[in-house]
Amino acid sequence: MGVATSPNTAGVDKEVVTSALNSQLQDKGFLLTSTEDIINWARTGSLHWMTFGLACCAVEMMHAAMPRYDIERFGIAPRASPRQSDLMIVAGTLTNKMAPALRKVYDQMPEPRYVISMGSCANGGGYYHYSYSVVRGCDRVVPVDVYVPGCPPSAEALLYGLLQLQRKIRRTGTIVR
Amino acid sequence: MVCCNYNAKFAAPAPLLGNLMSEELKELGAQVELKCPKAVSGYEITPQGELLVQVKLAHIADVVEVLKKGVVFRFSTLVDITAVDYPARADRFEVVYHFLSMYTNLRIRLKVHVAEDGMVPSITAVHPSANWFEREVFDMYGVLFSDHPDLRRILTDYGFRGYPLRKDFPTTGYTELRYDEVEKRVVYEPVNLVQEYRQFDFMSPWEGAEYILPGDDKAEAK
Repeated sequence: MGVATSPNTAGVDKEVVTSALNSQLQDKGFLLTSTEDIINWARTGSLHWMTFGLACCAVEMMHAAMPRYDIERFGIAPRASPRQSDLMIVAGTLTNKMAPALRKVYDQMPEPRYVISMGSCANGGGYYHYSYSVVRGCDRVVPVDVYVPGCPPSAEALLYGLLQLQRKIRRTGTIVR
Repeated sequence: MVCCNYNAKFAAPAPLLGNLMSEELKELGAQVELKCPKAVSGYEITPQGELLVQVKLAHIADVVEVLKKGVVFRFSTLVDITAVDYPARADRFEVVYHFLSMYTNLRIRLKVHVAEDGMVPSITAVHPSANWFEREVFDMYGVLFSDHPDLRRILTDYGFRGYPLRKDFPTTGYTELRYDEVEKRVVYEPVNLVQEYRQFDFMSPWEGAEYILPGDDKAEAK
């Protein structure tokens, strides 16, 4: 029986949550949580996104959905109809001509709805900031939750942005946005 | 005897081919002038080795038709129509046509000059594909085309004011838009740039730029 003198490298006990849940289940036969928590948990796990691909960013958005990053494992799936989606990813340059259409699609989405602004052009006009035909940031038209920087952002960066949005939803912790 | 000398095979014929090409194009230019003597006001081979034919404004549609239907030409493909703005000239715009002959593998460029209030005869009757090209030229430069079936803007926003590719058009335009929470719709407002327009001088700090870089003045003070 020796005494360990090296730094503690054990880390957190990953089983502690599972065993707590298990003991609760074995003890009472059910789990208790708050309504907000369970609803927000469900929301983070089913972010169906409205594909608003406008330019090259849309290709990276497709990559994020393809097998390498496969964001469907987080419950995030493309949805072609605004009425069935929770999240809009503005992927690309938003032009003046497209802006009313973007707003219309956003208005058709049911609450609660979230917006991710993807790429420099959607964030603030980017390369086309001084152009006569480009909106200087899609936040002039729709309220944005998460900005993903990059030109275009890699699929990994978009995935990180989506995880940040999930975290935001989880931490907000309210039913009504 | 056939030899596989690389230089002889590939490097030498290049200028020869170039000369042959320009000879052929010169001949083509002369033929165009011969077929439409009243319409063509001159032709030249550009330094890039391309045939450029200057056409009088009123006859452009006739020349294009001759180029398409003529047995020796058969310029069946309309590649592009565009324009150039020269604000100092009396005839302000230069409308440029590019054609390709799929039969003779030759290309030709036509140019006409038109004033700001002038009209260019439309070539949609000869080349239906000119429809959208002419709409684009109208959209970007405000050049009018007579006898065009549907001359309206093609790319810019609905209700757009001005012609973006004219030299006197400000790069940032006149209006910008945002969503108005009170009116519940997208509203247009005069341009108000939050960030100043940037001026680039294209000088490299590695090649002895003549300006003081930000921060360098502090080093001098010490």
